[in-house]
Amino acid sequence: MEYFREELFPCVSLTAVQTDKFKTGCLTAYLLTQLRRETAAENALLPYVLRRGTKSLPDMRRISGRLDALYGAEIEPSVRKLGEIQAVGFHAGFAEDAFLPGETDVLGEVISLLGELWLSPATRGGLFLPAHVDSEREKLVERIERVKNDKRSWAFQRLRENMCAFEDYAVGAYGTADEAGSVHYVKLTKHYKELLATSPMEFFYCGSRPGKEVADMLREAFALLPRGEIDLDLGTDIRMNAVEEKPRYFTEEDEVSQGVLAVGFRLGECMDDPDPAKLAVFNAVYGAGVSSKLFLHVREKLSLCYYAFSSTDVLKGIMAVLSGIEFDKYGEALGEILAQLDAVRAGDISETELAAARRTVANDLRTGADSPNYLADFYLRETVQGTDASPDDIAALAETVTAEDVAAVARGVELDAVYFLRGEDAETE
Amino acid sequence: MKKHEYPDLGETLYEEVLPNGLSVLVAVKPGFRKNAAFFATRYGGADRRFKVNGEWIDTPAGVAHFLEHKMFDMPDGRNVLSDFAALGASPNAFTGAGLTAYYFTGSENFMDNLRLLLTYVSTPYYTDESVAKEQGIIAQEIRMGEDSPGYAGYFQLMSALYDRHPIRENIAGSVESIAQITPETLYHCHSVFYHPSNMALCCVGDVDPEAIAAAAREILPDTPGEKPERDYGAPETLLPGRKRVEKTMSVSAPQFLLGVKLPYLSDGAARERQKLLAELAGECLLGKSSAFYNDLYAKGLLTGDFSVENDSAAGTAALFFGAQSRDPDAVAEAVHEAVSGVALHGLDKDALERCRRAKYGRLLGSLDSFSAYAVSLAESRLDGWNALDAFAALESVTLAECEAFLCENLTRERLALSVIRPNA
Repeated sequence: MEYFREELFPCVSLTAVQTDKFKTGCLTAYLLTQLRRETAAENALLPYVLRRGTKSLPDMRRISGRLDALYGAEIEPSVRKLGEIQAVGFHAGFAEDAFLPGETDVLGEVISLLGELWLSPATRGGLFLPAHVDSEREKLVERIERVKNDKRSWAFQRLRENMCAFEDYAVGAYGTADEAGSVHYVKLTKHYKELLATSPMEFFYCGSRPGKEVADMLREAFALLPRGEIDLDLGTDIRMNAVEEKPRYFTEEDEVSQGVLAVGFRLGECMDDPDPAKLAVFNAVYGAGVSSKLFLHVREKLSLCYYAFSSTDVLKGIMAVLSGIEFDKYGEALGEILAQLDAVRAGDISETELAAARRTVANDLRTGADSPNYLADFYLRETVQGTDASPDDIAALAETVTAEDVAAVARGVELDAVYFLRGEDAETE
Repeated sequence: MKKHEYPDLGETLYEEVLPNGLSVLVAVKPGFRKNAAFFATRYGGADRRFKVNGEWIDTPAGVAHFLEHKMFDMPDGRNVLSDFAALGASPNAFTGAGLTAYYFTGSENFMDNLRLLLTYVSTPYYTDESVAKEQGIIAQEIRMGEDSPGYAGYFQLMSALYDRHPIRENIAGSVESIAQITPETLYHCHSVFYHPSNMALCCVGDVDPEAIAAAAREILPDTPGEKPERDYGAPETLLPGRKRVEKTMSVSAPQFLLGVKLPYLSDGAARERQKLLAELAGECLLGKSSAFYNDLYAKGLLTGDFSVENDSAAGTAALFFGAQSRDPDAVAEAVHEAVSGVALHGLDKDALERCRRAKYGRLLGSLDSFSAYAVSLAESRLDGWNALDAFAALESVTLAECEAFLCENLTRERLALSVIRPNA
């Protein structure tokens, strides 16, 4: 695999990984902006409106027809939240020419369509079509509201909203339904032009073509990309400690047959100089995977749940534990979740636990390198963090993490908020 | 082992049926560090009634899934999940209506992981205590499904489509049904369905096919078991038991799933071809580039998540269309109209060719996902066809067949609608 990185235009860069291992390649293109309550929905709406039509392919049906003809290539709107940075753009996936019948240049066509989607939208009098904006606004509201349909994601979101109520992090990737509902086509067109001219842009490519060649193709397709004064003031405000002296508790009711417990922590001290390898091994020892303490104790030993796991957001310095439990097991489950963290803090980590955690982390990173989408996500995060380690680099470091490193991370972790979603009129202890 | 080259697809497949009846399939992928092994048995949630020692027995709903959970315990008290973790692999398993699969993905120690996989899946060990403990865990898995509109909507549809076939019931069973499971039930199920001649071992990665077959020969029993006899009840007609089912849940907007039972063809290759035909015809008429979809999308009746899918398991086949919509009945009506249009004007030939290309590209993409690839190898082998033949089968589907398929099967009488509506 050949790694390549180049700046194509001011603050517009391509990261490319050349490999001929895969049948399909991927290409992503994101504008990076600061996540704010007032603008998040408007930003999120953009790729969806752009995907409705271009000058040469004025409706969605024609775009889909063109993509079908390119052997089912996909160019889908994509909106991501990376700490308090919002990335809006497109994710493209497409078959490699070598495995298709006849002469094809799928990548070339995908890049040219991508350029058109970004730079030549369907407009009337220089403005987005009201019908496109109205319809996508309605769908955006639906998209924001439908998180509720997945109770685990819903509980996680409510935890973030409560725990980080005073931080932009509380805003979801798609913004809020209220803000989304008020987007207007004239204002959105203006916002689009501004955002396009002032935001850093990141491309990522993984496929069989050399990075240099892809860079040239992108330079051509995006030659008309306006570049004004770029907003480089992007970043995430990392809070080191819990908001209040004592943990905050939140409970809400819904028509559910299972309770969902979401426990929020600040990663604390380790965020002074975040070490991705140590953090990942800590997370694996505590709560990620079948050899973790949460799996072995909360699930296997106490039979309290089907799932109990931790996940960390190293960009924001936050950890959450999620578990689906009977309503009346709230106290017992929370007690065990915290007790297991205490055990890690105390250095109660066996050789077997540490070895399994190190291996699992290293294995996930190494096998991830065999998936184009994993690499796309990995390198976007690296760029946002301003680092350029490869998955292999971090895997090698993970294998050297000690029990004391893990315990030290755990000792800095501070409980901030607990959220519980339970049934209506449920009996709890 | 027998070697098959697929130069157009850049794939090489090795296969052998061992003397004990086990099918071994290995897709060799040079240059990849990732590897995956799936060990699957043709036994799933719908296999509830079968013969043990000459006698028919009935088992509670959810037993195949329960057994899957309990396979990880070893007689010496070990849980093999930890063994895999120590070797750096990620182990998992799943239970479908007609298949249970145990697998791992990893990047090193492939042969050690493989031996562990073969050993634990062929070592039954169940106690009263471990069964009781698992009931708590699985009860929570069932509750999680009850709160998932996708899951609830699917089984609501299956229970409307089928009158009697056990496929209409939740694969994991209910909290009540799993309470009836005992170690003895699990031993019975294991003895009937977990012998090599009812199983397939499929590996993907830069791995050695001969070494894989040798390990399987060494670890698994030498002789084939008896072919399992199962009973899914009296055959059903193609008409749904109920045409419309609805319930309320805590969801943001109505969710729907439209479905139709399809004839179950006895030949595996013919079944696979029917699946491709059904999906291709369905996508051409109702998919993302159809007039139907774009019209309903613009009217706000469909969102970007609309999908067309064909499922075949345990002697059944069905085609589904689902999404979120503020008016599922209006979508169902539009489907009826679109199908009537095919009877009058036929399908657009160019559109069908574009959809065929799109499907080709998606099939190709599935070869990049080691798990999806290994699952399709296992499923196809246990179902009597070859996953990589799908590419050629897709090419052979004709416009006239697609038109006839839609007009014959997607009729008002045959389609059933399942709706999940928001409470309040």
